[in-house]
Amino acid sequence: MTQEITPDIRLEGLTIGYGKTAVVSDINAVLPGGKISVILGGSGCGKSTLLKHILMLQPALGGRIMIGAHDLAELDRRGMHCLRQRMGVLFQDGAMLGSLTLGDNVALPLREHTRLDEKTIRERVLAKLALVGLEDFYDYYPNELSGGMRKRAGLARGMVMDPPLLFCDEPTSGLDPVTAAELDQLLLELKKSFDMTMVVVSHDLNSMRTIADHVMVLGEGRVLYNGDLKGLEATTDEYLRRFLDRQAQARTSPRLTMPALDFKVMKRDCSKYLEEG
Amino acid sequence: MIHGRRPQLSPIAHLGDATLRFVGDTGAMFLFLLESTARIFSSLGQFQKTVRQIYFIGVKSLSVITLIGLFTGMVIGLQMHYALAKFGAEGFLGAAVALSLVRELGPVLTAIMITGRAGSSMTAEIGVMRISEQVDALRVMDINPVGYLVSPKLAASILCFPILTAFFDLVGMAGGYLTGVLLLGGNSGVYFYRIQAYMKLSDVTGGFYKSLVFAIVVCTVCCFMGYYTHTRRDAVGPEAVSQATTAGVVTSCILILLSDYIMTSLLF
Repeated sequence: MTQEITPDIRLEGLTIGYGKTAVVSDINAVLPGGKISVILGGSGCGKSTLLKHILMLQPALGGRIMIGAHDLAELDRRGMHCLRQRMGVLFQDGAMLGSLTLGDNVALPLREHTRLDEKTIRERVLAKLALVGLEDFYDYYPNELSGGMRKRAGLARGMVMDPPLLFCDEPTSGLDPVTAAELDQLLLELKKSFDMTMVVVSHDLNSMRTIADHVMVLGEGRVLYNGDLKGLEATTDEYLRRFLDRQAQARTSPRLTMPALDFKVMKRDCSKYLEEG
Repeated sequence: MIHGRRPQLSPIAHLGDATLRFVGDTGAMFLFLLESTARIFSSLGQFQKTVRQIYFIGVKSLSVITLIGLFTGMVIGLQMHYALAKFGAEGFLGAAVALSLVRELGPVLTAIMITGRAGSSMTAEIGVMRISEQVDALRVMDINPVGYLVSPKLAASILCFPILTAFFDLVGMAGGYLTGVLLLGGNSGVYFYRIQAYMKLSDVTGGFYKSLVFAIVVCTVCCFMGYYTHTRRDAVGPEAVSQATTAGVVTSCILILLSDYIMTSLLF
């Protein structure tokens, strides 16, 4: 059996966006193979858009994306099928198919792309569910699970084909700190055990500090930082410092200078319920 | 294709834009139909999904079809009896009920009923999957979403529509018998004899062809509307799903009646 290599992802002069509108321009970066790269940035800066381009869900507006030696724009149909089958993806909300049980969701790629018999598929699915601590939920439907469980189930589905590439879109968003930390540990264990190239889109600084080998920060329509975690922590760039130190931008909000809403303007008089004593 | 939001246009530009969109959507819908047809036999797994859809589209529609068919037949029986009695031709009631059901009302009403029951849920199901990234999840798993979601529904529709139409026709004839013979005192033997005597094979095959075309129209339109929910101009998120569902049902009903007229003029 040949050992599968964990490929680099190279972004060369890449411009991403929707239609004719560019969201981030001129991205030049290498997301190194066998490591966890975190794409960081504020809300709406283009992190998830970049991920969609790498996943071939959106065509690039300019430049190119190379996975290993393959330019995604020049891949033929067969190449695209092969590459997609070697990618695992955890979507922001898990994106589990609502009409299938957890077991059937995780088994779906195996049923569609392999010749494994049902018994082997079930064994593999249970093993992946056990990896994320959900082996007892095989027959549950996604709507019967919590948000954190759905994300872990999404991770199990992303892992079921043992892909060398794993992409996670905001894996810790909306989770409590304990569950978020557990998910981070899980990603670290997966990297250690399976030697994968992982790309994690996040705006969670704690998560980034725990898992990142490599960081790319997006903002203001460009790449603000691309390098290792140590270099990012030592940065003197004003925007990045503010971002890392979680400092709000100094501004006077016009709403805060406005007087509070008077009870008299309310359609229903609730003043007596809210008055003191 | 349905495109993203655009600024307000002048009336003439709006007309041109609407025309271009109509032509684009029609072409896109046709390509969508071709792709979903081509993927019906793409793998053995499609058979199991198709069986599940047959249960949903066919079996679960039976009660509605029975009710509507029965009452339609009963109403036709009443009205025809009243009209035919004026000419002393009550004996032709069986033929009149059967011909109007088999040639026209059976295929059309069955298609409209299935559009309301199964077509709307096809649009809503695929629309919700689209806005919750489930369609994207299928794509990144290298599973063709059209093949996975639409082709089994199309295959099941093609199988179920003619069967449900035939069932509707039979129940409708029983409804006509109920009012024309049992309630109004017509002759039972004459009722069935006239059906046999005046019904030709071409009437039955005409209704069959109609139901096949309606199956393709309803499934394609409803699934197409759901699949492109995210590109709607008039709404986003859950509201886009509801708009897409309404658009799917309304467009299907209009196309059913339009294609019915065209086929009636060509077939009979």
